[in-house]
Amino acid sequence: MARQAPQTALAVAGGSAPQEPPRAAAAARGLTLALAVLRAGPAAILGLLVLVLGLVSDVFWSLENIGNVLNQSAVICVLALGQLLVVVTRGIDLSVGSNLSLSAVVGALVWQHQSSTVLAVAAALATGTAVGLVNGLLFVKGRLPHPFIPTLAMLTAASGLALYLSHSETIQGAPPLVDEVGAGRIAAVPGGGDIGWFPTATFVVVVVAALLVLATRGLVWGRWVYAVGGNPEAAVRNGIPVPSVLVSVYAVCGLLAGVAALLTMGRADAGSPTAGALAELDAIAAVIIGGASFLGGRGTVLNALTGAFVIAVMRNGLNLLGIDPNWQYMATGVVIVVAVELDVVRGHLESRFRSLQAVSAP
Amino acid sequence: MTTTSAPPVLQVRDAAKRFGAVRALDGVSFDVGRGEVVALLGDNGAGKSTLIKAISGVHRLDSGTVLLDGVDITAAGAMAVRAHGVETVYQDLALFDNLDAAANFFAGRELAGPSRMPRALRLMRHRQMTDRTRELLDRLQVSLPDLDAPVALMSGGQRQAVAVARAVAFSSKLVILDEPTAALGLRESARVLDLVRRLKDDGVAVILISHSMDQVMAVADRAIVLRRGRSVGETVPTAENHERLVAWIVGAAGHQTI
Repeated sequence: MARQAPQTALAVAGGSAPQEPPRAAAAARGLTLALAVLRAGPAAILGLLVLVLGLVSDVFWSLENIGNVLNQSAVICVLALGQLLVVVTRGIDLSVGSNLSLSAVVGALVWQHQSSTVLAVAAALATGTAVGLVNGLLFVKGRLPHPFIPTLAMLTAASGLALYLSHSETIQGAPPLVDEVGAGRIAAVPGGGDIGWFPTATFVVVVVAALLVLATRGLVWGRWVYAVGGNPEAAVRNGIPVPSVLVSVYAVCGLLAGVAALLTMGRADAGSPTAGALAELDAIAAVIIGGASFLGGRGTVLNALTGAFVIAVMRNGLNLLGIDPNWQYMATGVVIVVAVELDVVRGHLESRFRSLQAVSAP
Repeated sequence: MTTTSAPPVLQVRDAAKRFGAVRALDGVSFDVGRGEVVALLGDNGAGKSTLIKAISGVHRLDSGTVLLDGVDITAAGAMAVRAHGVETVYQDLALFDNLDAAANFFAGRELAGPSRMPRALRLMRHRQMTDRTRELLDRLQVSLPDLDAPVALMSGGQRQAVAVARAVAFSSKLVILDEPTAALGLRESARVLDLVRRLKDDGVAVILISHSMDQVMAVADRAIVLRRGRSVGETVPTAENHERLVAWIVGAAGHQTI
């Protein structure tokens, strides 16, 4: 197809309208279709998973089970949304799990000593945000080479602080409101009788996701986040305040770890210093399954949620089928590879598409 | 030197810049008028890059002056020079591959409100940005197959067109193009050269760095040859002057103005 290019160039130089090579145009249409299918990759994985589990398990589609899956996925969802912002800017936050533990311990301790819902909630959220802020400042101001370093340091430091503050023990008790949000069901959603099946925590996820959609698509800030991830150097040249954008992204990720801490506290009616252990891996896996790229600039709120649901549904399904829980980790690994492999194919097709554009574009 | 009736948009006087022992620029002077396309020619290391970086505020001259519409911008930084209306399209294009054309145009200067909010927390006016983008692309006769597609999905020529259009989007007086066709095929190169002609028709001054003598002859009103940091010749690039230009570039002739 490239062989046709010089002839068409002559046509342009002669001033006449270039004829579109029909074969190239047809190939471009085919590629557009293939790309559309691949972009739906995360949703397709989730759909397939739900379909298969629905077929092999009779209880999978029960409202009670759906409620359970939603409730269990809430924490991963919220953490994944924070992680998404970080990954879009070419970063990674390894500390969200430890941050969750620390924020939960601080929240529970404040509740234990002050018995104030407002103070306990504020303390958990403030702790989460502060940890994120420190991550961002260490990365940007401390000029550490990669966010892996400050957040790895924070992973161990925050975890250590959580264990120290709690004397390595679970702090029992949480504000009733937090318990209600973390473990309760909304009876107003029909189908679950008086108790209800729709988890309040899922409502929190919906609100957080809606706010993030608004922030990423509507606010200048969101545009800057994607611009910084797409081309950091060009962002600087275009006058985007890159350091502030980066710090803000880690701070928001930390704040969401604080929100996840409240959900965890509510579910257990306690603040455990190990509540968030390894949760960062779920969050990162969810974002990657959701099609975000470590090369930055790519990934959406909806796809990150889809990735989180893939993990939660898979776990639930393996439980329902009575399969050894250790398989869950291996299954997650397989899904990550499959999802990223789909993404690699997508990248190849996009570059094919690009070279076709050079030949067939009007 | 060619005389134009209107005062020149850009005046560079005795520009000098050293990097250690190397004289990257050694007293270069030239003007660019409104709607004029000036080609900078020269071998690798002749000082072309240093010169455009000095004009665009990336490098600071050791001595000499750069005037834009009579205003001294010699000491202004890169952002200030852009604010004065000098846009540079480097070879890397500095595009955001993950964003669409409109988002690329307005990156860092998004149309958004309300103005009492901090800039980052304003709501973007998507419609307005898309409309302005379409207007500009129409004016420059750039046709993109899909305005909403990320520029990653565009061909080299389309990407170059987006980068050039972005450069002139904000009423710039001077556009500097650093080898705009280096990575393009014949057909797409022809399109970009058409775009350069339309900039000229719009009254924008253009400095064009190119290694292709054919392209320089096709679009440039004047060619200036740099060699070892000095301007060694200046002429109208025509087929008759072709050999002379080459001689200047390789250093086979002394300084002359024709």
